[in-house]
Amino acid sequence: MDAPVIRFAGVSRTYPMEGELVEALRGIDLEIEQGELMAIMGPSGSGKSTMMHIAGLLDTLSRGRYELEGEDVSSLSKNQRADIRNRRIGFIFQSFNLLARCSALENVELPMLYHRPGVAERRERAMAALEAVGMADRAQHLPRQLSGGQQQRVAVARALVNRPALILADEPTGNLDTRTGREIIRLLSSLHQQGITVVLVTHDPEVGRAMRRRIFLRDGLLERDEAA
Amino acid sequence: MDILGTVIRLALRGLMAYKARSLLTMLGIIIGIGAVIVMISVGRGANASIQKQISDLGANMLMVYSGSTKKGGVKGGHGSKPTLRVADAQAIARECPAVAEVTHITLRSSQVVAGEKNWNTTVYGTTASYPVVRDWRMEQGEFLTNQHMRSAANVAVLGATVVKNLFSPGEPALGGKIRINNVPFTVIGVLASKGSDPHGRDQDDTLFVPYTTFSRKLHGRRLPGVVNVIALSARSKRLVPEAKREVEELLRQKHRIAPGAEDDFSVRALDEYAQMADKTMDIMTILLTSVAAISLVVGGIGIMNIMLVSVTERTREIGIRMAVGARERDVLVQFLTEAMTMSVLGGVLGTLLGVGAAKAVGWATGWMSPIDVDAILLATLFSAGVGVFFGYYPARQASRMDLIEALRYE
Ligand SMILES: Nc1ncnc2c1ncn2[C@@H]1O[C@H](COP(=O)(O)OP(=O)(O)OP(=O)(O)O)[C@@H](O)[C@H]1O
Ligand SMILES: [Mg+2]
Repeated sequence: MDAPVIRFAGVSRTYPMEGELVEALRGIDLEIEQGELMAIMGPSGSGKSTMMHIAGLLDTLSRGRYELEGEDVSSLSKNQRADIRNRRIGFIFQSFNLLARCSALENVELPMLYHRPGVAERRERAMAALEAVGMADRAQHLPRQLSGGQQQRVAVARALVNRPALILADEPTGNLDTRTGREIIRLLSSLHQQGITVVLVTHDPEVGRAMRRRIFLRDGLLERDEAA
Repeated sequence: MDILGTVIRLALRGLMAYKARSLLTMLGIIIGIGAVIVMISVGRGANASIQKQISDLGANMLMVYSGSTKKGGVKGGHGSKPTLRVADAQAIARECPAVAEVTHITLRSSQVVAGEKNWNTTVYGTTASYPVVRDWRMEQGEFLTNQHMRSAANVAVLGATVVKNLFSPGEPALGGKIRINNVPFTVIGVLASKGSDPHGRDQDDTLFVPYTTFSRKLHGRRLPGVVNVIALSARSKRLVPEAKREVEELLRQKHRIAPGAEDDFSVRALDEYAQMADKTMDIMTILLTSVAAISLVVGGIGIMNIMLVSVTERTREIGIRMAVGARERDVLVQFLTEAMTMSVLGGVLGTLLGVGAAKAVGWATGWMSPIDVDAILLATLFSAGVGVFFGYYPARQASRMDLIEALRYE
């Protein structure tokens, strides 16, 4: 049996805030196996985003240990974390986070700028990723010429393009209407069917129920862990 | 390489998004580089034209004047004491191995008449080798010969300005009859036009007669055998100092000047004038280099300022790039490239401006203002350097940004 994709052991995160320490995560133990499709739920301020940022190596942990695919990544350098973000993890944000001055295609190419395949391969792979999310015909559009749902599809393509083993999505439907949101969830589920581990944060109980596994956070602690 | 291409393309797009701001930022560099290019090429053009005038006076030429110039001022300056003689010139020709040709000049302003017209010019009594020393070609006819010297013939060679003032257009000067101080002469040659000397004097406003004729029939009776100037040419440019030394030694001996006593003559090499012109050029170069340095620094600070603003404005973009895997170095390179693109673009625009202005100045003054490829390359390199130097601090700020903070930035 392979090592879990994510393994948290006593993971804590504190932020200094006006002289005090805010405890966003207070000792989380969690394992996420390869090929899981999982939702993280919980009230606002419970630490969902913090947990995603740590899992995505966007943020560092204050205490505890984090193993990614069996490898300890708790105390890597900035550049090492950048490399892992680039090659092994795709991150999807609530607010899409596309570069406003770049076309859809260029946005999808962005991670490959730092991974250096040749120009032709870069274009080809970016087009394939846009194809996979149904956005190939909008490759030359700028983000502001696209609807929210379309922008989020481009963001999904960007997360996919370096063929990561893990995709993390922090409230990917938060800025979308229900119907468009469902389409994005369907898109993410289809990625899961291709063997990618998908973890997403959602407030929508119906979306949560559609996942194989749900965990619930409260005040920085893991409150409940239920499998469907 | 294609990564750099992409980065530059993005940098240009960023600059285009804020055209006015970018242009104003580049203005310092544009003006700095432009000014340098103009001044370098105009300065070189001016220097080249001075150097050409000097070499037109005669290649490798030295002049011997009577009287010392070593103490200058109080004494009357060149030629104030009649100490040089024809015999000195002849001795130099005989005894100085580094000297190629020697001539001497006695001169006097005189009234010259031809038919109805008359003109006041400087009449030179000289020898047959004068045009060789001065590197002066004939337009028509011939120069004075040794035969003319021996017979003290009444023949004259005219400069172009004199011809213009004594003869009507179309009227042949050659063979013409003229009178100098009422003494009749026949014109046997006309010299090619030489233009102005470095002091702005018209070199063509002269008339030459054999020195023997000059001293016996025109002006020389008061001081027989005395000349105003001995002019000579060294065998090569390299031998100019050697020739100077030999002539000085010989004349001290002939004039019986005791060791340590002051010379009663002075020898001047023409390349001393050339060196003076070069020195002026050097001072100008220092001046313009400091102007350039100041404007480049000012321009650089402008770039640094705008880059700091840009880094703050684009905090979120930096966060996004880092989130998808940009390393510190990638962000650093991106912002350095933007700063460099701005400064190099400024340098290129400045160069175009400078070349245009230099052409205009060259056209207006008639100086050849060579546009120097070296100067352009140097300007480009310098502006790139300014971009790197002043872009580094903002780029480092960008690359050190905290990822989570940057992503939360609104
Ligand atoms: N960078 C930070 N600096 C200071 N405090 C932070 C920071 N990030 C998170 N926090 C605090 O940590 C706690 C958890 O925040 P987090 O964003 O993880 O919550 P969340 O579960 O994602 O909430 P929401 O559902 O509103 O997105 C909050 O109290 C928040 O104020
Ligand atoms: Mg959140």
